[in-house]
Amino acid sequence: MIDGFIAIYIFMLAAFTGYEVISRVPVILHTPLMSGSNFVHGIVLVGAMYALFHASSTLEQVIGFIGVVLAAGNAVGGYVVTERMLEMFKSSGQKKPAGGHHS
Amino acid sequence: MSLLTPEIARWIVDAAYILVAFLFISGLKKMSSPISARGGIVWAGVGMIIATLVTFIAPFSEHALPTQLATNFGLVIIAIVVGGSLAWWSGRRVAMTDMPQMIALYNGMGGGAAAAIAAVELYAGNAHSVVFSTLAVVGALIGAVSFSGSGIAFAKLQGLIKRSFRFRGQQVFNLALLLSVAMIGVALISGFHATATAVTAFFVVALVLGITMTVPIGGADMPVVISLYNALTGLAVAFEGLVLQNPAMIIAGTVVGSAGTLLTQLMAKAMNRSLGNVLFAGFGESSSAAGGPVTGSQKPIEASDAGVMMAFGQKVIIVPGYGLAVAQAQHKVWELAQLLQTRGVTVKFAIHPVAGRMPGHMNVLLAEAGVPYDLIADLEEINAEFETADVALIIGANDVVNPVARTDKGSPIYGMPILNADKANNVIVIKRGQGQGFSGIENGLFYLDNTRMLYGDAQGAVNQLIQAVKSVG
Repeated sequence: MIDGFIAIYIFMLAAFTGYEVISRVPVILHTPLMSGSNFVHGIVLVGAMYALFHASSTLEQVIGFIGVVLAAGNAVGGYVVTERMLEMFKSSGQKKPAGGHHS
Repeated sequence: MSLLTPEIARWIVDAAYILVAFLFISGLKKMSSPISARGGIVWAGVGMIIATLVTFIAPFSEHALPTQLATNFGLVIIAIVVGGSLAWWSGRRVAMTDMPQMIALYNGMGGGAAAAIAAVELYAGNAHSVVFSTLAVVGALIGAVSFSGSGIAFAKLQGLIKRSFRFRGQQVFNLALLLSVAMIGVALISGFHATATAVTAFFVVALVLGITMTVPIGGADMPVVISLYNALTGLAVAFEGLVLQNPAMIIAGTVVGSAGTLLTQLMAKAMNRSLGNVLFAGFGESSSAAGGPVTGSQKPIEASDAGVMMAFGQKVIIVPGYGLAVAQAQHKVWELAQLLQTRGVTVKFAIHPVAGRMPGHMNVLLAEAGVPYDLIADLEEINAEFETADVALIIGANDVVNPVARTDKGSPIYGMPILNADKANNVIVIKRGQGQGFSGIENGLFYLDNTRMLYGDAQGAVNQLIQAVKSVG
């Protein structure tokens, strides 16, 4: 179980991680990256599923159901549009898609 | 399920979440470089699938199974199929130019889901300690604001809402809403009035707040707002993760919360706007379009002459703006660029951070047309090069090349970093007519001695240029 100070540690370290991970991102990737991070918070799906699993009244089931629908939309939609955008990035020297070298 | 004891189930779930956190963070890291970006989203996608699958095991990690588990299992699967397939369908169809509002929409859904989690916990009275109910309530507020606010952002960019609604005392009104939602929140946390009615009232006021906060903000500022709501949704997810004691949600939500905050700052900086300004001032619609100190006249040029000028140049820098995307002329421009390249002309694309609807949007649109990313330069890289360029070709861009931003202190765009297109030996501007741009600010560039105007829509004008360059032979 995670609680108290451990939770705060996780929160703090994750906050620094997020900041550092994208601190040197080029402007050309701002839109895809925003879209990608939008996809990542689609993890809310996990929480919505948990809430619906534990729903014990009709009201809770209805709200939980809406929550899972919205969360699944966030996750799937976020993935699809990010992937579509990133699919198009290529360098001029790139013939082999696996190549990491750009001229 | 005799093999799946609660302990084993717990262990599988916890172990899987560690892997998920790793995949998300390395995925985001990869996404911050154009070479590895494609792999990044795939890694994060694998993480999401693992997280979703393993969560089906999670209920079995408890010694007392939830009462309506069988029914709820069915509901979860139906909900995932419904939400997932609608999003898949819409995400596949959306045009690249409409990407910003689509991101806003999906982001709002995430915020709504976070609020829904909190709603279930609050209606059920699950949050027992003050700490947990505080987290649930704050997360619910942020999530609900992000939900309705993103919805408004979507509607505005999609053109469903055409104008910005402002009235006297709007900020006081919003502050009053914030205060009342905070008071209901405190009542919920303290547990004295945690009735279903109070919970409902809390969500209604929070949703209204999201709407009234967003409606006065103009279209030009919307990217910053979407980015902000993206960060907020991350934070809401992290808070609900703390409530549910779910490490995957805490880590992913917090990482997005902080990365999104940084991204929001970068965008606001690129637009020369402070976040406070965006949220509380309300530029971005047309502000006072005073003529300013711009003098002289616009000098037209024929496409054939412009074509010759570029064909015999050494270096051409193309500055695309949103007008190019609207006219769907990206492919034509790339055709023109390739034509010039075969003649030995060096061609580069100069992208202002706010070209398109949000930072990086223009890069996506050019990439869609097949322009390799190493021909695309951003502001810092390219600005020194304009002096050595024979031609700067401006297509559908306006404010981002307006030298008034350097000189006229009275101008709303004063101080905004611009592309120094005016330093090029010749400037050719493709423009529909003599009117003003998106922001309604007169553009000094159009009146310079080295500037020529090529009137016409982007698609048609670029087509004429292609013919002109071809006929040079």
